[in-house]
Amino acid sequence: MAVEAQTATDYIQHHLQNMAYGKLPAGYTRADGTVLSESTWTLAHSTQEAADMGFWAVHLDTLGWSIGLGLVFCFLFSYAARKATAGVPHGLQSFVELVTGFIDSLVKETFPHRNSMVAPMALTIFVWVFLMNLMDLVPVDWLPRAAAGVSGNPHLFFKVVPTTDPNATLGMALAVFALMIFFSVREKGILGFIKELTLHPFHTGKWYFDLLLIPFNFLLEVVSLVAKPISLGLRLFGNLYAGEMIFILIAIVFGVGVLGFAGAMLMHMGWAIFHVLVITLQAFVFMVLTTVYMAMAHHRDEEHEHDQ
Amino acid sequence: MNINLTLIGQSITFLAFVWFCWRFVWPPLLGVMQEREQKIATGLEEAERAGKDLELARRKAADQLKEAKEQAAEIIEGANRRANQIIDEAKQAAHAEGDRLKVAAKAEIEQELNRAKEQLRSRVAALSIAGAEKILSVNVDAKAHDDLIDQLAAEL
Repeated sequence: MAVEAQTATDYIQHHLQNMAYGKLPAGYTRADGTVLSESTWTLAHSTQEAADMGFWAVHLDTLGWSIGLGLVFCFLFSYAARKATAGVPHGLQSFVELVTGFIDSLVKETFPHRNSMVAPMALTIFVWVFLMNLMDLVPVDWLPRAAAGVSGNPHLFFKVVPTTDPNATLGMALAVFALMIFFSVREKGILGFIKELTLHPFHTGKWYFDLLLIPFNFLLEVVSLVAKPISLGLRLFGNLYAGEMIFILIAIVFGVGVLGFAGAMLMHMGWAIFHVLVITLQAFVFMVLTTVYMAMAHHRDEEHEHDQ
Repeated sequence: MNINLTLIGQSITFLAFVWFCWRFVWPPLLGVMQEREQKIATGLEEAERAGKDLELARRKAADQLKEAKEQAAEIIEGANRRANQIIDEAKQAAHAEGDRLKVAAKAEIEQELNRAKEQLRSRVAALSIAGAEKILSVNVDAKAHDDLIDQLAAEL
C-alpha cells in the first residue's frame, strides 16, 4: 500500500488484518455502504467486517501460507528421505540429515520414553515453524502488493507470516495440548490422569485430608495444565507479532524523505539480522517445549503411585 | 486478530504434517543414518583389525627372516665343518696311503735284498767250489760234496 495515500494508522491496520473469509448476515452494512440483502460468504473488506464474521470465518492467508510452507517441508524432506543412501551424503541429503540428527539427539535427551511419534513431531515443528517465521524476513510490502496486483483488489488484506496470527500458533498449541491429554490418558489411564490432577501437588497420605485437598489440587493442576498450551502459542505469536510490528514501523519510516529512507534502510537491516536469531530461537523453543510437555505426559510419578 | 475457525484448521494441518513426517520422512531418514553409522562402525573395526593383522604379519615375517638367517648360518657352519672334516680325512688317508706305500716299498726292498743275497750266496758258493776245484785241481763231485757246499753257502 502506498504510504502517501493513507495515514500511518491505516497502513499499520491494513498490515495487521488477515484475509478473512466468512459469512456476513442479511441486512449487514458493509464497509463501502452497501447493505446485504441476504447472508453472504465473502472476503472481509474491513477490520470491522472481519470481526463481525465471528468464529465461523477462516484466514485464507494464514492457512494458505502455513499449508504451503508445510508442503515445502514435506516435499523437501520426503524427497531427501527417498533419495537418501547410506553412502557419503551430499547436498540436500546432508543438510536434511544434519537437521534430523540434531533433532533426534535432542529428543533422545529430553524424552526418555518410548514413542516413535515425538521425534518426527519435533522435526516437523522445528522446520515448519522456522519456515513460517522466515516469512517475516520478506520485506513487509512485497507479497501484499504482489497479491493486490494479481487479484486486482488494491485493498486486499494479505498477511504472509502465519505465526503472527494467534489462530495459527494457538491452533498448533491446541493440537499439542490434545496430544498431551491423549498420551497422559493412554499412559496412566483415565483414573491415573484424574489422580494426577487431584492428588497433586498436596498429598498427605490420609484419605480424609486428601479429600479436603482435592479442590486446591485440582485448581492448581488445571491452571498449570491449561497454561502450558496457551503460553506455548502466545510466546511464539507475541515474539513474531512484535517483530512484524517493528518491520511495519520501519517500513513507514522509508517514506519520510531521503534521510528517513537511509535511516530506515539501516534499521531494517539491523532488525532483520537480529530477527534471524529470533525466528530460529522461537522455532527451537516451540519444539523443545512440545517435547518436554510430551515427556511430562508420559511421565509416571512412581513415588506417588506407591503412596496410593 | 480474531480467533476463528483458522484455529481448528491450523490444528488439523499441524497434525496432518506431523503424521506425514512420522510415516514418510522420519523412518527412511533415520534408517539411512543408522545404516551409515553401522557401516562406519564396522569399517573402523575392520581397519583396526587390519592394522593388527598387518602388525602380526610384520612380526611373523621378521621372525621368519631371523630364522632363515640362523638356518643359513647353521648350514654354512655345517658345510665348513664338513669341509674341514673332509680335508682331515683326506689328509689321514694320504698319510695312511703313504705309510702303506712306504711299508710296501720297504718290504720289496727287503725282498729284493734277500733275493740279491741269495743270488750272491749261490754265486759265491759256485765261485768257492770253482776256487776249491782249482785249488784241489780235482773235480769235486758235486753230489758227494753237496753237504759241504750247502754248509759253506749257509755260512756265507
